[in-house]
Amino acid sequence: MKRASVNEVKLEFPSRSSNEGFARGVVACFAAQMDPTLSELEDIKTAVSEAVTNAILHAYPDTIGTVYMKIRTFPGNLLEITVRDRGKGITDVERARQPMFTTGGEERSGMGFTIMESFMDCVAVRSAPGRGTTVSMKKHIAEKSRERI
Amino acid sequence: MEIQERAGERTLLLTFSGEMDHHGVRDTLRRVELAIDAALPKTLTLDFGGVTFMDSSGIALILRAQQRIQLLEGGLVIRNVPQQAKRVLEAAGINRMVTIKN
Repeated sequence: MKRASVNEVKLEFPSRSSNEGFARGVVACFAAQMDPTLSELEDIKTAVSEAVTNAILHAYPDTIGTVYMKIRTFPGNLLEITVRDRGKGITDVERARQPMFTTGGEERSGMGFTIMESFMDCVAVRSAPGRGTTVSMKKHIAEKSRERI
Repeated sequence: MEIQERAGERTLLLTFSGEMDHHGVRDTLRRVELAIDAALPKTLTLDFGGVTFMDSSGIALILRAQQRIQLLEGGLVIRNVPQQAKRVLEAAGINRMVTIKN
């Protein structure tokens, strides 16, 4: 059964590298309603930066395509972020998720998925060559004490 | 992303400021290499004090600088790493590969 989200936002933007910072800013603004700690907010921004950079760099290497981002909150202070593209896809997802694996040359470290996995509670990747990739990430934001109102 | 260079007697200090993401690092990588090649330092210090955000693009920059300085048989030190960047380095295990000073 699909759970209904509490709140959500969808956006799409061209795969220009200048939009990496924009995507981080949007997710930080939206997540603020869950009252995250500074460190939780940084985790989320970093994971989004990795996912969006992958879409910009690897999904659309020689062209400007569209990156789709969906951010949703669920009961229990759960945040879900989905970054989707209709780019070239990943042939071997397991291999792509390995630390230090990259097809991006010396400019990339191959640590993007490792960082997403360590900063979010759960990262799922679906991809089909020639059709695109969807990265879905979830994180529980700790409930703060309500006493400090 | 901005870089300030200060070369001394076989030392080179590169001070970074701004957002160290793929967009910010693209042109920076080349500048770092050129600065190393010009100064031929024995000690290369990367100062991250002004870095307001860093993702794995910063790791690529550090690894590239490390390769370059190893060719010159020199050493690499990274200092003033903000908390967010430090956690990225730890998640990737880079803190075990390079010297990080406060």
